[in-house]
Amino acid sequence: MTMNESELRKRTRKLLAEIDLDAAGDHRVAFRGAQFDCGLAWVSFPEGLGGLGLEPKLQTIVHDELHKGAKTYYEDMLVNPIGIGMGAPVVLAYGKEDGKRELLRRIFTGEDIWCQLFSEPSAGSDVAGLATRAVRDGDAWVVNGQKSWTTLAHVSKWGLLVVRTDPNVPKHDGLSYFMLDMHAPGVEVRPLYQITGEAEFNEVFLNDVRIPHEHMLGEEGQGWRVAIATLMSERVALGGGASRKGGGPIAVLLDLLENVEVQRSAAEDALLRDRVAKLYIESELLRLTGIRAKAVRQSNTPGPEGSVGKLAQAEIAQAIWQCCSDVLGPDTLVYEHGYELRQGRTSASNNRLSAKYNLLRSRAYSIEGGTSEIMRNILGERVLGLPGEPRVDKDIPWKEVPRS
Amino acid sequence: MLFEFSDEHGELRRTVRNFLEKDSDEKRVRELMASEQGYDPASWSRMAEELGIVGLIVSERHGGAGFGMVELAIVAEEMGRVLLCAPYLSSAVLATSALELAADEAAQNEILPKLASGEATGTLAFSEVASPWDLSAIAMAAESNGGAFQLSGEKTYVLDGCVASEIVVAARVDGELALFRVAGDASGLSREALPPLDPTRKLAALRFERTPAMRISSGDATRGLERALERAIVALTAEQLGGAQRVLDMATDYAKTRFQFGRPIGSFQVIKHQCADMLVEVEFARSAVYNAAFASEEDPKSASIAAWMAKSYCSEAYLDAANRNIQIHGGMGFTWEHSAHLFFKRAKASEVLFGSPSFYRERMAASLGFGAAQSRSR
Repeated sequence: MTMNESELRKRTRKLLAEIDLDAAGDHRVAFRGAQFDCGLAWVSFPEGLGGLGLEPKLQTIVHDELHKGAKTYYEDMLVNPIGIGMGAPVVLAYGKEDGKRELLRRIFTGEDIWCQLFSEPSAGSDVAGLATRAVRDGDAWVVNGQKSWTTLAHVSKWGLLVVRTDPNVPKHDGLSYFMLDMHAPGVEVRPLYQITGEAEFNEVFLNDVRIPHEHMLGEEGQGWRVAIATLMSERVALGGGASRKGGGPIAVLLDLLENVEVQRSAAEDALLRDRVAKLYIESELLRLTGIRAKAVRQSNTPGPEGSVGKLAQAEIAQAIWQCCSDVLGPDTLVYEHGYELRQGRTSASNNRLSAKYNLLRSRAYSIEGGTSEIMRNILGERVLGLPGEPRVDKDIPWKEVPRS
Repeated sequence: MLFEFSDEHGELRRTVRNFLEKDSDEKRVRELMASEQGYDPASWSRMAEELGIVGLIVSERHGGAGFGMVELAIVAEEMGRVLLCAPYLSSAVLATSALELAADEAAQNEILPKLASGEATGTLAFSEVASPWDLSAIAMAAESNGGAFQLSGEKTYVLDGCVASEIVVAARVDGELALFRVAGDASGLSREALPPLDPTRKLAALRFERTPAMRISSGDATRGLERALERAIVALTAEQLGGAQRVLDMATDYAKTRFQFGRPIGSFQVIKHQCADMLVEVEFARSAVYNAAFASEEDPKSASIAAWMAKSYCSEAYLDAANRNIQIHGGMGFTWEHSAHLFFKRAKASEVLFGSPSFYRERMAASLGFGAAQSRSR
């Protein structure tokens, strides 16, 4: 018998009644463990594995009730974003039955943090060309190579790892997918310092790391397929929605324009005002296009409006932060945050400092999560139906592909 | 609700598109743009009678369909897509809105039914050469001659000004803006066709010499005219959207079928990425236009700002798309034979008409008070 909406609501309220979320102390593990046990972690997952076998969209009911019922809400993407977003679906689909429940439960509670080991120094946009090698040795695989841009690697228990197990076939066919114990001998995590002097990400060096064969997810040579499936498994959108009118970076720009005292000539002032007005319009149209995409998604016939967001957002935000520094004028020469190498992200205490920080940080917007060039290829090929570039690496063994 | 189109809206779009694909194909556009009149009266009658879109926004009590800006945007988008040559913007939008929003009941009763039925076409003559898009800069003053009015002076950039039989003229009485009705064949009126950059939309300069005119508004007509102009701007941006989508389609289709160096040019990223950028612009333009259309139901300030944002954005988006379309077509795109230049000319003229992108950005910035504290402190 399928559970209906009101029963799901009732079940969520019962959970809230049993454990006081707002009580002092860290109840996260206890609460989220209980949420998992009663099938409210991912309602679309099977019973016993954190779910109830329901439609994914019903997750929003759980979300709503938890938001209403408790002041504290453990935002799952903040706890364990890779584990929740990618680890859980891939474990569910490809993990061995034995131990699956425990893995999923510890992902959901945040006891095990997960990270993703796909990108390499030599494989960025062309991630399928990656070079980290795994060689079979009895019941295990021996892995050597280097991964990069790995968020949370320094605190992770498990890594989602794609490696090359066969260099003699074309690049997509020689990959395999593993879950890697990040505490295994030979795994070395180093902070990767970036343009701001901070390290939000890590590099992971793999030297003769032994992975048990049973930790392979999917079959040997099927790694690309598993990776794509993982990347596709979108979370049920919980809350969120389009940002509010006039919010985000444009609000900082307007605030600076209003409050920073700089002498400008009338001509400079007019030019700056026009740029700000233009950016305001673009920000507003980005927001409205997001609303339109959402409306279209609900009608189940997604159109181009959903695909343009990533590209447009990166370009608009970069232009806004550039414009902010032009509003600040000479003050841009001073960088109060400093470049001392450090881990984590600096928080800026006011809009002036935020503008200076984001002038640097925003350079990544058009690179991270798919470069703007790749996004334009996707728009051109998948939305407009234009033909792809001829591929020189498609049908030849990976080891014969020219590389830098 | 924002961006919620009904099934009826879809039906309206399909009906108009089917009609225009037959009645305004490229061959027809080229014939009409070369003609003096600039439109096909028989087709105009069918648009009025069979489709009912000439009187689309005329209120029902004046013989129209009584629809709003969302419906108008849909229709105008389809018209922009095919570069329709017809006095739609001038008569069905601008003159109609000026009458609906700023004229007396008697004039509305007399003129609007004729415009809605297609029996007459109208236009609004407001621009003067010194500062054509600024209503506060209108200088023409009406002379009162024992209760009757006479107009002298010049109006320019008058849309379809040579063919309109009902000319609504904006001029001043004791400093206040007022509307006057002047017949197309009035004495003391000479109409000169201006050779247009965009041959698909006719322009005229009108010279008045003690031309008899009937005052058809009372009180100051500035606010009513502003609102009428805003409606025209929203319709124009919808046309721009339709045109921009069309040139994107043309460029994309061509890039798929044109081979150079042994492969379709659309497989080169330098072409593909231009198409992707056009797609982003078209989608943003769509958001801008539909937002402006839906916002017209909201409070006047948000409606104005939405219209100005759309005019600023869509003007640049359409022009950019039209430019890139020519470039992607290469030498072919520069020929008279290919239609790329028709869209470019429409795009450029539409950008200029009613005020430039930066003109509207400044209006928006001033209205939202950008940098107000800084300006005060200087």
